[in-house]
This record gives sequence, structure tokens and C-alpha cells, in this order.
Amino acid sequence: MPVVLEVKDLTKIFSLGSLFSRLRIKAVDQISFTVKPAEIFTLAGESGCGKTTTARMILGFEPPTSGEIRYQNRKIEEFQDKKAWFKEVQAVFQNPFETFNPLRKVECYFFETIHNYQLDKEGRKASVLIEEKLQQVGLSLSEIAGKYPGELSGGQLQRASIARSLLTNPFLLVADEPVSMVDASLRMSIVNLFRKLRDSLEVSVIYITHDLATAYYVSDRIGIMFRGNIVETGSVEEVLGKPKHPYTQLLLESIPKPDPQERYKTSITFLEEKEEYLRSGCKFAGRCPEVQEICKQKAPEDISVNGVVVKCHKYIK
Amino acid sequence: MNEVLKAENLQVFYVLETLGEKRIAKAVHGVNLQIPGNEVYGIAGESGCGKTTLLKVLFANIEPPLRAFEGRVYYCVNDKYIDAFSLSAREKRELRWTYISYIPQGSMSAFNPVKKLKVTFLDFLESHVRGKDREELLSLTNHHLKTLGLSPRILDAYPHQLSGGMRQRVAIALSTLLKPRIILADEPTTALDVVAQRAVLQLMQDVQKELQNTIVLVTHDMGIHANIATRMAIMYAGKIMEEGSTEDIFNHPLHPYTQYLIHSLPKIGDKTPRESAPGSPPSLVEPPPGCLFHPRCPQAFPLCSQEVPELVRVNIDHKVACFLRGNNRASCS
Amino acid sequence: MGILKDLFKDYRFTIGFIILCLLVFLAIASFFSPYDPIEWLQVARDKPPSWPHILGTNSKGQDVFWEATFAIRNSFIIALIAGLLSRVVAILVGFTSGYKGGLTDRILMGISDGLLVIPLFLILVMVTMLLREAMTLVNTGLLLAFFGWAWDARTIRSQVLSLREREFTQTSILAGNKTLPLVTKEYLPFTMPLIFSTLINNIGWAIGMEIVLAILGLVRLEIPTLGTMLQWAISYQAMLLGHWWWILTPLILTILLLVALYWLSVSVSEYLDPRMRIQRIGAK
Repeated sequence: MPVVLEVKDLTKIFSLGSLFSRLRIKAVDQISFTVKPAEIFTLAGESGCGKTTTARMILGFEPPTSGEIRYQNRKIEEFQDKKAWFKEVQAVFQNPFETFNPLRKVECYFFETIHNYQLDKEGRKASVLIEEKLQQVGLSLSEIAGKYPGELSGGQLQRASIARSLLTNPFLLVADEPVSMVDASLRMSIVNLFRKLRDSLEVSVIYITHDLATAYYVSDRIGIMFRGNIVETGSVEEVLGKPKHPYTQLLLESIPKPDPQERYKTSITFLEEKEEYLRSGCKFAGRCPEVQEICKQKAPEDISVNGVVVKCHKYIK
Repeated sequence: MNEVLKAENLQVFYVLETLGEKRIAKAVHGVNLQIPGNEVYGIAGESGCGKTTLLKVLFANIEPPLRAFEGRVYYCVNDKYIDAFSLSAREKRELRWTYISYIPQGSMSAFNPVKKLKVTFLDFLESHVRGKDREELLSLTNHHLKTLGLSPRILDAYPHQLSGGMRQRVAIALSTLLKPRIILADEPTTALDVVAQRAVLQLMQDVQKELQNTIVLVTHDMGIHANIATRMAIMYAGKIMEEGSTEDIFNHPLHPYTQYLIHSLPKIGDKTPRESAPGSPPSLVEPPPGCLFHPRCPQAFPLCSQEVPELVRVNIDHKVACFLRGNNRASCS
Repeated sequence: MGILKDLFKDYRFTIGFIILCLLVFLAIASFFSPYDPIEWLQVARDKPPSWPHILGTNSKGQDVFWEATFAIRNSFIIALIAGLLSRVVAILVGFTSGYKGGLTDRILMGISDGLLVIPLFLILVMVTMLLREAMTLVNTGLLLAFFGWAWDARTIRSQVLSLREREFTQTSILAGNKTLPLVTKEYLPFTMPLIFSTLINNIGWAIGMEIVLAILGLVRLEIPTLGTMLQWAISYQAMLLGHWWWILTPLILTILLLVALYWLSVSVSEYLDPRMRIQRIGAK
């Protein structure tokens, strides 16, 4: 099966502290996943689980400590420069108000993208190309022409940001929390846009979020990250419908459902877990309701259960 | 109904002046509120709809560039309504934290980073409680933390040693130490992980049950409102659009805006397409005429762009500001 | 022109601008001087202000008014050389160091720290003592420029450091911008007020420094500057002898110049402040 992006044993280690007491934190710990053509793959997890670091490594903003990132079977290092990589892989960021420089007109970024990638070579004018992409996200050039980011709404800016990323006709978009800063009444329109891009333009999206409800709505497959590991990967229906890993179960249970009939029934004990990153063995062992002796000693291996890959001793026979 | 907090026709605007140009942002624009005792009262709305400003006004904390042009806020102290805006600085200080307390957004980052939490707690208590020595105050604090299910050991920690969720819970504990009748909480769970968020909500519910008081909870997250609010108000561009019990709002939303808000929420296990409201929220500086939602409302008719609908009672316990519901020929001129 | 119109709404800018214009006008007037600025005994000595010597004459037999026009011109030349040159260095060092980071950053900041920790005044006095004969206008300017960039390079660097972490930097990279266009297009608008206000401050500092060196007699005293004028007046005991016009002229001109520069700097940096600019953009 062809894959757009393959990530293999990707690891990022940050060193903290002084010269003498170095603390090495594995922000991302040997994660592997693939993204297929025209597929939305979600990386979900809480803050500090390493999902943004993963995105930054895929975009080449952060060098990995070890591991491989391959785009259509070519390693990221094989691309001649960053520009060649960004022609194929583009990104949408979290805060639409920060995506564009508040002191510059939004349209500048569009014309610069066209100019820098020489996209207007085939006799098509830059403004025509820009208009085409803006139409795809439900905007038009006249709406953003001459305007500064402060004059547009968050929803418009996020659409513009997506339109700009589409200019180079990339096959992969990395979207880091693209709707968390967008107004609630506009959120679904942005999320729907990603579905539309996948269906009509066959763009693959790595959708990074902490919001499992939109993740379920938008994506095909999902990876749940916890403390630098992907603990569970599979189709969203399987992973979020029948969660296997105890951490996924806890996450799902904790989402406040927008329905007054479904309030939290049980109460949880909230533990302070600062040292989870440094834990040997399963990193969730300190909070896991089903913890066994082996969890504290040995990190679990990936195991496949009904098409879902889980990192848990519970399923290892 | 016994209201602990009432607001009448609040008109509170930001007056910004840049190089001789005056701009007025109508952050709270004709809001009437009656908040009953012993409830968790949710205020929902998008960013920039004025919900944080409304909380500041309810706390009678109006500082330039914010200015109150009209309206009153009443606190019910000892069964008497007192006008919060006319209180002297000293009277305000006496009511704060004992009658009404305020947990601002990001309060978990507001602890002094070089002091132990114990010191922060004691400083706070000493400036508000008279005639008790440090030992008594400390045991009061310990007792309070224990009733909330927090370990008194956290008092010996520095703020950076605790996670965001724990710090937020400590902030809530601190603001409820003097058993206030009203707690105003501004986005207390934003920037927290879902598990920590759940713990914070749980704590707030415990506090409310323990003190039998009122929590006014402002957040944009409808899931949280569904989970702990008993009554709620929907705010849009500085106005209250709908008000009622949480069950009514979620099960029978009347205002088209509320309907969009609720129906656009995705649910796990349901992939049917969902639509959000078209257009963008209006500017508070130049709000549209008539109903503020009409430019985005698919059911708008000519009257909507001419007159402002008033918040009127349509059911026993359910108010809405929309011409579609009931014959709402508001007399507004 | 809209920018100037906005700026003139601020009375500080208007006053500062008018004073500066008057001083520049004086400096230009020096080209029409009937006297040589260096020659002695061209007019009667020690005359109080009267026509045609509107600011009197000094003990060297020079017309104080025309001498002052040269002094202002020369002080301006020194200050502009020092100010502009040190800005170029500060911007280059600050931007490279802030954006590149890593080893480049450490080396560049090491150099600027080195310049910051040496006792500046002692070194200046030592250098000027050794090279007194070479202390022409240009060389004085160059010397002051050499010592004037280090601190401002650090402030520019710290601003670039925080700008680098903002998301629009990444958008710009994704838009295919290379380092140089990225830095000039994205960061320069934010650092402009800083650069501008440090420029004006630096000009003020250079003028002050020149005066100090001149009063200590460490520059070529025959070239009239605000500093050397004061130096001559002091060494001829102008105050004691009642020749107040001789000493007050450079003094008042210096004060006017520094006040004008200060007001300009304050109002311009307030105007260029990104937060204010964003508000103005939104106000339209």
C-alpha cells in the first residue's frame, strides 16, 4: 500500500538542567506511524505528551535525536533543502492571530509563497492561483486584499492560513491544534474544511489535537500519545469506540459530554505525576487502575489486538 | 426566588483612545441578570463576546479603559440588596473574598513563584481576617484543604513544583477559604488537560455542595456547562441571547445561535456532518443594527435588522431574545 | 505624509522637531559664515551681544554666533557618524545573533559583553590621549561608534529572540522566505522603534561624550564643536570675567539639542510601538 509519510522510531531527547546534573527527557520516544494518501491521521494527547514536538520534527523545525521520517519513500535528509520539503509538506498552526505578522498584510504571504516557489511559471497569474485556493476554503481575494490580520476574524484567518498552505499543492498538511483558538460557532466550518480537502483534493492531514470529539468527527485513524509514546493506534471507530489502553479509557471518560444527562458519574483521584517521563516500565503505571507488577519494571511492546496496535501488558499473553 | 446577585441594564464599554480617535467597544451591552443562590450558573459565549468583562463588572472591578455608562449591580448581603457600584473602596474590600470572590483567568499562574504556598495562604488570610494568630490561621487553612480533599502537604510546596491542574485547585481553595456566598470563576479549566479539568470541576462541585453557595462559571466549553451548570446564559456580542436551566438550553435551545452552538458540537460515535453558523462574530466597536445575530441567522426576517429583540420569558423558566419566539415587539427606542 | 500628520498631533514631537530644525538651520548657516572658524583675532575681542555680533565676540577674537554655527555642524557630524555606524553594527550583530543562535550567538555576544565590561570612559580617555593629533571629526565619530553598539545589539537580539518563537516566523519559512528577506520583512517592523529610539539616544550620548572629551582637552581643540567651544570658554574663565554670552551659547545649544532629541525619541517610539500600530490598523 502506498504511504505518504512514514515515521519510524522517531525519538527526541531534550537535556535539561546544568552541566553536572543533566536530566534527559524523552519528549518523543521511538514512535512509528504512517499516513496514507487522502487520509486524516490524528495524533491526540494531553499537553506535554510530545505531539507538537513530533509535528515540529516532521516539518523539519527540530532535528530528531534518532529515527526516520520518509515522505513517499524519500528521507527528509534526501531533499535538497527545506524549500523542496515544504513544497510537499505544509502546515497550519494553532493560533490564527499569530500565524500572520500583525504588522504585515495577509496577502503578502500569498504572493511570497507564489514567488518563492515560482508557482506562476506556467503562464498563470499569481492572483488567479491565489483566488482559486481561497475559493476552495470559502474566501475570496477581495475579502483579504489590503487587510492586516487584526482586521479579520479568527475564522477568516484560519481559512486564509489553510489556503496559503495549499498554494504549493502539498500532499500532506500538518495541522497543530488548528481549531482550538477558533470561535466555537465557527469551529466546525474549519473542521469540515479538512474533510473537504481530503475528499476533493486528496490531501492527507496530520491532525494534532487534544479534543477527541473533533478527532473522531474528522479523522480516519488515530494515535493516542502519552508521555512521548503512542499507546494506541488504529481506526478512530475502534480506538475511540472500544478503547483498549487504560489511558485511552481514562481520557474518554474525562471528556465532558455536551449533554446534561451524561454528567460525570464517578469521581477520580487526581495524582501529581511529575516523574512520568522518567519512569522505567510503562509510563502510565503510576495512575493505571489495572496496574500489574510487570508494568512497573518493563516497558510494554506494541501488540496488535483486532487491528488496533496497543502498548499495554494487559494484552500480552 | 432569592437572588444573591442582580444586574440591571448594564452598559459597560471599553473606551479606547488612540491619537485623538475615540473608539468604544460595547463589551457589555444591556445585560440583565438574576442569579439565584445555591446554583452553578454558567455563562457561555465565544471569545470576545464580553463574558470576562461581565464577570469583572459583577465583581464591581471597573477600571479604565473600562467604563460603566449605565446599570447597577446588586449584592444580597444579609437579606438586603446593596448597590455594588456605590460601595466605597473599603466596603468593597470587606465584601471581597468573604461575600464574593473572583478567580480570574490564568489564576493558577498568579502565585508568587519564590514563596511557599503556605506563605501566600497566610498573607492572604492575615489581610482579611482580624484577631487570629498565625497558628490558628494555619489550622483553618489545613482544615479547609482537608474538607476539599486536598492534602495539606501541598502548603509546603513552591508553585512550580505542582502541575497546572493542582495549582488551579489550590487557587480555587484559596478563593473559597473565607466561605464566600458567590464565586466568580473565569475559564477555570482552560489550558488544562481533560483529566485535570475533570478534577477541577469535581472540586468546584464539592465546594458548591459544601458551602451551598453560588458559582458563576464562565467558559466557552459547552461540555463543561452541560456537566456542572444548573442554570446558564448564552452571551453573544455583549448581550444575553438566551437564559434558562441547563436542561432546557441543551434539550430545547430556542435562539438560532444557541442551536448552532449545541448542534455543531461533535460527539464520539457520530460522524454525521455538522454545520457551524455562517459568517463571523460581529465587531463590538461597530455592532450591526437590530438583533446582533441577524447577519448570520438563516431565519432572519426584515424586523430583525431594524429592532433589537429583548430578553423575554417564553416558558416558566426560559428566556430568549429572538423575534421568532413569541410576539416580541420590543419597545426599544 | 499621513505619518507626519499623526506625529505632529503630539506636542512633544512638534516642539522637538522645531528645535531640531532650528539647530539644523544654524548648522547650514555655517556655510555662509563671513569668518574662518579657526583663525583668531578676526573681530574685536570680548564684546557683549550687539549688532553685527548678535551673540558677542570671545577672547579669541571670534564672532560667537558664527563660531556656534560651526560648532553645531561639527557636533552633528560626529554624532551622526557615531550614531549611524553603531546602528548598522548593532542591527547586524543583533539580528544575526538572535536569529541564528547557537555558536554564532555565543561568539557575537561574547564580543559585545567584552566591550560592555571594559571601563569605557578610561579606555576612551586613554585612546584619545594617545591619538590626540588624529582626533579629527571623522575619527572621533568612528571611535564613539566603536564603543556605542554593544548594548543596543543586545537589546535588538533579545527582541529578535522572542520574535523568532512566534508562529508567523514559521509561516514565513513555509512561504519559502530565506533568512534575509524573512528577517527584514518580519522582524524589522517590530524592531524599528527600538532602533530609532536607540539611534536618537546614541546621538545624544555621542554629543555628550564629545563634550566630555573636549572639556578634558582630549580632542583637537582648534576645530569648533560644542565641546571645544565650552572648553575654550572655561579655560579663558569666561564666567569669571563676565563673558556670559560665550559660555551660555554652547551650553544652551547643547541643552536644547538634548531635550529636542529626547522628545523626538519618546514620541517616535511611542508612535512606532507595535501595540499602538496594531490598534491603529484596527481603528480604520
